[in-house]
Amino acid sequence: MTLSLLLEQVFNGLQAGMTLFLVAAGLTLILGIMKFVFLAHGTQVMIGAYVAAAISTWSGNFYIGVLAAIPITFASGYLLEFLVIRHLYQRDHMDQVLATFGLILFFNELIRIGFGPAAIFSDLPPSLSGFVEILPNVPYPAYRLAVIIVGILLAIGIHLFVSCTKVGAMVRAGSSNPDMTAALGINIAILFRLIFATGACFAGIAGITLAPITAVQPGMGEPLLILSLVVIIIGGIGSVRGAFIAAILVGLVDTLGRVFLPAMLREIMVQSNADGAGPAIASMLVYILMAVVLVFRPTGLFPVKG
Amino acid sequence: MKKNITIVLALIAVGAGFFFYSEKKQANGIKVGYITTLSGGAGIIGKQMQNAVKLALEHKGGKLGGRDAEVIFVDDQRKPDVAKQLVNRLIKSDKVDVIAGVIWSNLLMAIHKPVTRSKTLLISSNAGPSPLAGKQCHENFFSLSWQNDQTPEAMGKYLQDSGVKSVYLIAPNYQAGKDMLAGVKRNFKGNILGEVYTKLGQTDFQAELSALRAVAPPATMIFQPGGMGINFVKQWNQAGMEAVSKLHTVFSVDGVTLPALKESALGSISTQTWSPDLDTPINQKFVADYKARHNAYPSFYAAQAYDTILAIDHAVSKSGSTDTAKMRAVLAAGNIPTTRGPLKMNSNHFPIQNIYLREAVKDDDGIVTTKIISTVFTDHGDSYAANCKL
Repeated sequence: MTLSLLLEQVFNGLQAGMTLFLVAAGLTLILGIMKFVFLAHGTQVMIGAYVAAAISTWSGNFYIGVLAAIPITFASGYLLEFLVIRHLYQRDHMDQVLATFGLILFFNELIRIGFGPAAIFSDLPPSLSGFVEILPNVPYPAYRLAVIIVGILLAIGIHLFVSCTKVGAMVRAGSSNPDMTAALGINIAILFRLIFATGACFAGIAGITLAPITAVQPGMGEPLLILSLVVIIIGGIGSVRGAFIAAILVGLVDTLGRVFLPAMLREIMVQSNADGAGPAIASMLVYILMAVVLVFRPTGLFPVKG
Repeated sequence: MKKNITIVLALIAVGAGFFFYSEKKQANGIKVGYITTLSGGAGIIGKQMQNAVKLALEHKGGKLGGRDAEVIFVDDQRKPDVAKQLVNRLIKSDKVDVIAGVIWSNLLMAIHKPVTRSKTLLISSNAGPSPLAGKQCHENFFSLSWQNDQTPEAMGKYLQDSGVKSVYLIAPNYQAGKDMLAGVKRNFKGNILGEVYTKLGQTDFQAELSALRAVAPPATMIFQPGGMGINFVKQWNQAGMEAVSKLHTVFSVDGVTLPALKESALGSISTQTWSPDLDTPINQKFVADYKARHNAYPSFYAAQAYDTILAIDHAVSKSGSTDTAKMRAVLAAGNIPTTRGPLKMNSNHFPIQNIYLREAVKDDDGIVTTKIISTVFTDHGDSYAANCKL
């Protein structure tokens, strides 16, 4: 294993982490502040990817697709909260699980009716289809580098927004004690709706960035949802900073684990056993990480005080 | 009260009329239960098969072997238990003459015994697990597709014959993935530079591609069916891997994935028993009519579904009967008219057929499809037939 390969894999892990962060950022606020169990967050990823892919193909310009998809995913989150979610806040968690699981089925079927069951075409923008040398002779896909940069910029953006603005202060107050915040005259209903829509928009951006590199098909967001739940648990429910650190951690552990673990096992056991055990253990690594974190920090790495 | 009784009687009369009508239709018709996956992520495969079956019926004027045909489509949801319940219903309450379809090997294994034991003819349009070709072969089971090993075996032979010294293998970490790579290795005697098993359903292969780039193998062979194939080939292209290695695929670049891949699949090599450009009269008509109707190339799944209906038509018309034993004898004799030409049958009721090398190219209209470049195997039988005692 050379140093340049290791560096390339670290970048791959960072990029996977950034995508996870975009999904987890909104979800951690929904879970933490609104105390609402929302399983259909992967649906927002799918909507973002479909809208971006469809409009990019239709207009012939990737960036028009991106610009259109951001407000549309925000609007879809806003509408979803207004039409369905707000009626569920007072219900218990099992009802929320059932209802939002139903939403997953509903939206997957809706997309299937609208776009057909097959994956739809989407491609990289020509301006980002090249390579950037991250070290001499270590080319890295420009698009994936752009995803990392977008993720970091958005993370800084949320951080500044939450810690330096008045609305951010309301969000923090809402996450610590929603009843007291409401008693102080802040319209919690509107605050919740905006948080929800923003979270949906972030998941939508994750979908938009995924559209050119993965298959845009019904149900594409669900695998991400599961990993982002792991991220949220490791980072501490409700903590955006925790989600950021945990997403990078999960992205790195998953990527480096599945590439290097089978090779390492091959050094210490028979090839056929290593080939079987390697991928199996690698796919468990993030859950092992979650278990270890929970043993030492039962409320996650950055628990929200409340 | 009297009025109510009248209504009830009227309903019974109408219902019974329908009942007898359908019974009458059954007497000189033929009923086929077609089982495939119509929902979920793999729904597109089942949809294409359904399209092809309907097209075949139309080409035959709604009749199979001259008898009024009824095809009942059922959705197995890719679940073995659901498939089992469905065939039970098809056999016992719909009383079908033939059960056909089945995409997945594990589902075929689940329904194989109940169907063949009920003396109903079972025809696979896709799955070809090795046990059914070997020890567990059955007189009532036929494959109109291939045995699972045949396609990767052809890929291994091609790699060996073309002088490739070393190859890098990637497949999902499940039984079929391991079987496919074992099939390649059966005929390829060169160096295996890497054998990587990815997670089933994996969406991002960037890390595997980085590792592959560091090894820089002259040839790479992947098995990543469905959405995984779209992800892999897209990312392969985006990572500029064609400058590093030559991509070879089995069951990954086909009519199901190409509409989403388009140009990014160009130049990739695959082996398959069928291709849209295969020059037989039946295939030309099938592909042209399918394209005209659905505005896209059919996949090999669709072609095999089409062939399955042609085989049933052939069996009924030649035997003049829907009796299982008589239809069975016709099919076992081979010479079945299909998109792949007259199809020979092996002693284990699996086809003996050519396997072609295909390249992803643009057609005259700029649509990306596959084109045959050579024949790897001529009249290739599978390696399990010797274990089958029929």
